[in-house]
Amino acid sequence: MHRLLLPFLLVTAAVPAAEPATYTPITAQRLEQPEPGNWLMYRRTYDSQGYSPLDQINAGNVEKLVPLWTISTGMEEAHQAPPLVNDGMMFISTPRNQVLAIDARTGNIRWRYRRELPEDLFQLHPTNRGVALFGDRVYIATVDAFLVALDAKTGEVLWEQQVEDYLNGYYMTLAPLVVDGKVMVGTSGGELGVRGFIQAFDADSGKSLWKTFTVPAPGEPGSETWKGDTWKHGGVPVWMTGSYDPATKLSYWGTGNAGPWMADVRPGDNLYATSVIAVDVNTGAIKSHHQYHWNDAWDWDEVVAPILVDFKHDGRMVKGLIHEGRSGYLWMLERTDKGIGYLDAKPFVKQNVFTSIDAKTGRPSYDPVRIPHTGKRVEFCPSFWGGKDWPPSAYSPQTGYLYLPANENLCSALTGEPVKYVPGQLYMGVPIPKMEVFPTPEAKDHIGELQAWDLAAGKKVWTTTFKSHNWGPVLATGGGLVFSGGTNDRNFRAFDAKTGKILWQQRTNSGVVGIPVSYAIDGKQYIAVQSGWGVDAQRKQDFLDKAFGTKTNVPQGGVLWVFGLPGTTH
Amino acid sequence: MSGADDIRFCAARRRALENLAGVALCVALPAAEAAPPPAKLPPQVGDLLATPSWDEQPRVIGPADVKAGAAPITVFPQDPTSGVTREKLRLNQILLVRLDPKALDSATAALSAEGIVAYAGTCTHTGCGVTDWNAQSRHFICPCHSSEFDPAKGAVRVAGPAPRPLPALPLKIEDGKLLVAGGFSARVGGAKPA
Repeated sequence: MHRLLLPFLLVTAAVPAAEPATYTPITAQRLEQPEPGNWLMYRRTYDSQGYSPLDQINAGNVEKLVPLWTISTGMEEAHQAPPLVNDGMMFISTPRNQVLAIDARTGNIRWRYRRELPEDLFQLHPTNRGVALFGDRVYIATVDAFLVALDAKTGEVLWEQQVEDYLNGYYMTLAPLVVDGKVMVGTSGGELGVRGFIQAFDADSGKSLWKTFTVPAPGEPGSETWKGDTWKHGGVPVWMTGSYDPATKLSYWGTGNAGPWMADVRPGDNLYATSVIAVDVNTGAIKSHHQYHWNDAWDWDEVVAPILVDFKHDGRMVKGLIHEGRSGYLWMLERTDKGIGYLDAKPFVKQNVFTSIDAKTGRPSYDPVRIPHTGKRVEFCPSFWGGKDWPPSAYSPQTGYLYLPANENLCSALTGEPVKYVPGQLYMGVPIPKMEVFPTPEAKDHIGELQAWDLAAGKKVWTTTFKSHNWGPVLATGGGLVFSGGTNDRNFRAFDAKTGKILWQQRTNSGVVGIPVSYAIDGKQYIAVQSGWGVDAQRKQDFLDKAFGTKTNVPQGGVLWVFGLPGTTH
Repeated sequence: MSGADDIRFCAARRRALENLAGVALCVALPAAEAAPPPAKLPPQVGDLLATPSWDEQPRVIGPADVKAGAAPITVFPQDPTSGVTREKLRLNQILLVRLDPKALDSATAALSAEGIVAYAGTCTHTGCGVTDWNAQSRHFICPCHSSEFDPAKGAVRVAGPAPRPLPALPLKIEDGKLLVAGGFSARVGGAKPA
């Protein structure tokens, strides 16, 4: 956008609010302990539980839930971002890095930020997973690899900071993580030959404070797990928001696949790919790590940040880290004084790659015939989209259950080919036509699942199944409910948190791949979610239609839906 | 907001308001956009064609370098005065290939030089780089979704989901140099926004 014209465009493009803009600044303290009625960050709380304590809408009355208002975003592709709500002011982001500020009670648009993206931008994920709030600012990480700070009251651009060069395959889709006046982001581009990193910026000035690469350079700890120059374009993107433990000042980030995909061209464990890393928010130092699986060859990004939850394990309380892996394993780890410790791992879908897991270290052993390789076609389960991809699970402290959106009965085959690095071009080593997804016979029954796991018991307590695959992020509430969409029938649903029974559903405009949230204004509880199918949900649907000989039509175009109980004014 | 939207929005305001300040701002619009640096400019008439800086041996490509029967060469336009290769605009990626002049349809022949043809190397489907080549059929192939284009016939799509041909770039040979003779025949880029 032309800097000189910014005020002109913003003033005329924004729909003026009927009421004067008042705004409650976000403090570090409010981020640590948000009020029950607010949803101030990506998963509401630093522990990434995705839980709202609000209970006005509950298992006894949810069948009466109705849409109160909706807003078209004017964008196609995947609408994945959670609406953030701060004392009645809502912020949503959409593909193409549009941000809308909305009166969370009435649905009036307060302002709109549109970003001019470069015409030659090439990246694989036209989406955005949300904004971050701090002070009176709104932060968005962009697909052309900038971090932008907006005035929360007006939408005016306060500053924008280039994080990396999109021409070299760097782009960002995650919601930033704000801690103690620092705005942290990570990069996408694991299929484009990037070298992954997490970077922190000063929330006031936008100045870079530290940058920590997820692939060590020669001589750095972990560099012995890479051979030759493979580290230079080794991938390991960070495209999901980290969790944070205020007690230790450590943030926990999941990391993606090493690149290119074929593991034989980059022998070694390839730290810190497909891992969780504990990063000191003050210095950026990696204090500890746990690699879920080494020398990845399946595109199993383990990029979802672990949920921080204390639970009982083997008769003692542990400070847990829970990660539902794309590999199809549910990982139970522990935060200790010595770093991240391994507790247990259990498959939550059929998996034929791991032959065993070391009981002490958690390191898996592989069936060699299931390891994709250059020049060979290799089949494995689950598919390269995993037992579960990016959509975040939720944990309810009320039930002690983890709610996990899974995809069962799907496998893949990959055929590796040699690949040469060219800046900004695909650097996968598997031509897209040689990526296969195929169903097992059981897929006739179902693919999508919502599973509930009792963490203390270490076992699955219920599974609700769907014929469709499932790309639904999950919300758990104090009303004994779980909300999620994610299926190709365009439904958004409420489940009984104890039993998994579907208590309510609403068919929407498109497929719901957005993160649902709950908030309250003046004692009235709302549920909000964006419906807008796209990116990998759409791609996987195309693969499945090919496999099944079907043609599924999930229309694109984003709409924000806000639900509430009838009978009260709004 | 896209550039095109800016201009439409601006024109509407000018008509509606007849406002001097508004006019001044609108008139200022193109001026406010600084001219792109040479490395980001689209191909200019008279540009040379060169392999990019990340090539093992970056070099200007002459007619003799484009050999009959060989796979396409990926090049970018190069400013002949400054020697700047215009490689900071991804859409400038160009595929050069030499075909039998008798195999070219008339529209393609008109844009070719001694059987050498040039096309945008960005797929019209989702904007992937077109990097693969079928030596038997002599077709370009996009690795992302297998769209296939016939360079002898204006790079028309012969397979895959691409909605339109790869834009062509007119060529000429002067003093033994292979040069750009005009702009791309159509908008370069994918059908969907990033």
